[in-house]
Amino acid sequence: MDKILVAIGGIISSFFVYWYFFMKKEQTVEASESIDILVEGGYKPSTISIPYGKTTRINFLRKDGNSCLEDVVLADFKIRKSLPMNEKVTIEVTPDKKGDFDFTCGMGMFHGKLIVK
Amino acid sequence: MKKTFFIKGMHCASCVYTNEKALKAISGVKDAVVNLATNKATVESSGQILEEDISHAVKGVGYEAIFDKQSASAEATADKEKQKELTQLKVKSLTSLFLGLLIVWGSFPGIMNFAPVFLKDFYLQFILSSIVQFWAGWQFYQATIPALKNRLANMDTLVALGTTVAYVYSVLVVFFPAIFKSAGVEAMPYFDVSAIIIALILLGRYLEAKAKAGTSEAIKKLIGLQAKTARVIRAGKEFDVAIEDVKIGDVVRVRPGEKIPVDGMIIEGESSIDESMVTGESMPVDKKKGDKVIGATINKSGSFLLKAEKIGRDTMLAHIIQLVEEAQASKAPIQRLVDIISSYFVPAVIILAVGTFTGWYVFGPTPVFIHAMLNAIAVLIIACPCAMGLATPTAIMVGTGRGAEIGVLIKDAASLETAHKIKTVIFDKTGTLTKGKPAVTDVTKFSIFNFQFSKEEMLKMAASVEKNSEHPLGEAIVKKAESEKLYLIKVNKFKSITGKGVEGIVDGKKVYVGKLLKQEPDPEGEKLKNEGKTVVYVYVEDKLAGLIAIADTIKETARETISILSKMKIETYMITGDNKQTAQAIGKQLGIKKENVLAEVLPQDKEKKVRELKNDDKNIVAFAGDGINDAPALAAAHVGVAMGSGTDVAIEASSITLVNKDLRSVVRAIELSRKTMRTIRMNLFWAFFYNIILIPVAMMGKINPIFASGAMALSSISVVTNSLFLKKQKI
Repeated sequence: MDKILVAIGGIISSFFVYWYFFMKKEQTVEASESIDILVEGGYKPSTISIPYGKTTRINFLRKDGNSCLEDVVLADFKIRKSLPMNEKVTIEVTPDKKGDFDFTCGMGMFHGKLIVK
Repeated sequence: MKKTFFIKGMHCASCVYTNEKALKAISGVKDAVVNLATNKATVESSGQILEEDISHAVKGVGYEAIFDKQSASAEATADKEKQKELTQLKVKSLTSLFLGLLIVWGSFPGIMNFAPVFLKDFYLQFILSSIVQFWAGWQFYQATIPALKNRLANMDTLVALGTTVAYVYSVLVVFFPAIFKSAGVEAMPYFDVSAIIIALILLGRYLEAKAKAGTSEAIKKLIGLQAKTARVIRAGKEFDVAIEDVKIGDVVRVRPGEKIPVDGMIIEGESSIDESMVTGESMPVDKKKGDKVIGATINKSGSFLLKAEKIGRDTMLAHIIQLVEEAQASKAPIQRLVDIISSYFVPAVIILAVGTFTGWYVFGPTPVFIHAMLNAIAVLIIACPCAMGLATPTAIMVGTGRGAEIGVLIKDAASLETAHKIKTVIFDKTGTLTKGKPAVTDVTKFSIFNFQFSKEEMLKMAASVEKNSEHPLGEAIVKKAESEKLYLIKVNKFKSITGKGVEGIVDGKKVYVGKLLKQEPDPEGEKLKNEGKTVVYVYVEDKLAGLIAIADTIKETARETISILSKMKIETYMITGDNKQTAQAIGKQLGIKKENVLAEVLPQDKEKKVRELKNDDKNIVAFAGDGINDAPALAAAHVGVAMGSGTDVAIEASSITLVNKDLRSVVRAIELSRKTMRTIRMNLFWAFFYNIILIPVAMMGKINPIFASGAMALSSISVVTNSLFLKKQKI
């Protein structure tokens, strides 16, 4: 009996894990001149739409001691910056191409996205 | 009016730019210079600028202006904090290792027989493991909880999950043993598992952090190269100023043994200069009046004056720093795949762990719960996403940094990745394979005419006449005479005969230098022409006295470079505007295949030739040129290699910039790329192989969770260490 329950529980948990981590909907936040991103267990907000050809200031504030999040990398803009704890770090981007550009932590574990329109 | 202050929070060259821009935007500010190495900023203004305005401007871009000198050392606190974190990590990992080992001693079958009684006490084990779990291991929860709120999972999630399961189970066993006994399970806690896992993973993290610091050393080294002060001469007075106060046009004195503060031109004196830190060239270079010198290089012998030409972020060193920083921030195409995999990795492992638990519980041997739990924990712990995440970036960081040390500047990770596949290198001839300056190679006096003068005298007469012409060939002849210490004689009745040559009266004799005046047999001249040389004839008193052969000389390292490249199975081409005969002759001397000599190519057609060779999809083509007018060809090639240049155009158009003019650097760049890529492949292979093999093994119940934590810690350390090996490799 307990084996059946555990088996059912296992299947349900697996679906839950799948749903919880993979089926999440990203909300896109529009940024005009500047935007604040909180770095705590990921990037909040993590999907940001920024205007093409204009300079947008992205202010990162890290409140998470996880060493993974120490650096933020905007590889398409060739920017890598270290984010000291509790210090606002500003990155200026002036996109010259449209599309989706990922930004990640130093090890590529946490992801965010810049959508250039 | 001038104001100097400190800026806190700068980490890279782009910070300098951002701050300068913000400061210049303050009304009344004429100029602003920010120095990354010293964290100092200087603004120049027509009137008084309020400190509030400066603070506001700097704060607006995310930094902090500090006017008080004492607190300026606050900048160093960032480093100190990092150091503090490291120390804490060390203390935590060693303490938990010690506590964990005590628990193991008191609970592990076999060795527990030799343990003192108090260590076998479950309540003591509970206290010790709680310290490890919530003091040392608190950081795993700190990282996991906010991530979970964002519906994200990472490395810490796995550790937190795994150790929590073991810990909570053990706590229940200790405090409610009756439940387990009634279910027929032996009431045995697993505090050793949770404590040792945390200890080993923290220890791994500490070692990894220490090693990781070594991967970004190159930038720090480059920044440290900058001089802090300069000795300027203004209005006849000589005094030391801070480096950010040097202005363009300032005359700067550099004494023996000193660092040259800024880029400039020598206006007085001469010296031998060690440029190895910037160009990677180990031999000191002799420089004299009129020669350019690079800031941050070291003046070895003489004292000289230079005129400052480039300061602040326009200097060569600043360009190099920026380029390396940008390259380190870029992503290699190979990493894109890794990124995709790693974003699915952790949740997938959690699902696998759930599956493992279920499988062992349903189908496993008794006690089913214990087997199911320990194997699920082993799966969670053995999975190592960090090794995958670190594999590429650490190798790129070390590789590009190593490149900067040897004068090979790589634009981005993608270029570094492409360069290892190069199959063809096209060299521009003039200035790249050759020195780009014609020089006299042969002087021959015909003996059939019994003149009363020597070969040297003939050269002297020819040079005296040519001294009056402005032709580059003439210049080569004059240079040759000067290098042989021949004194030139005054020439009368100098005349330039267009399309033919020049003539004049030297010592009462009529001397002509130029083309043959009438058709006559000339086997010597023909032979030299076949070697790609330009031949001019010397007539004395209308009689052919001899000839002088002039050629663009090949760089000393050119032949060696071509031969090394062919050993590396890389096809070499030479491209030039010269006529076929000259081009073939030079190609032969260099060891370039006859069919690979592309002669009579107009500058605007070089790009077309590059594209033609690129037509074959498998052929990865590099173009090496001096960068000034080769920009289209450099950009058209898969890998553009700009030689000995720091010009913006060349850097922009090329993928690799070689700071020195040594052709062997082309080989070094390819070597560097091959070695870096090999390191990346080894790292990735290791990271994937490790996970692909060990996760299933853990699922099958073959790995003890404690062993799993050791393996996982070792795996990420080995990746970083492997990247660091790049520093030691001979390139």
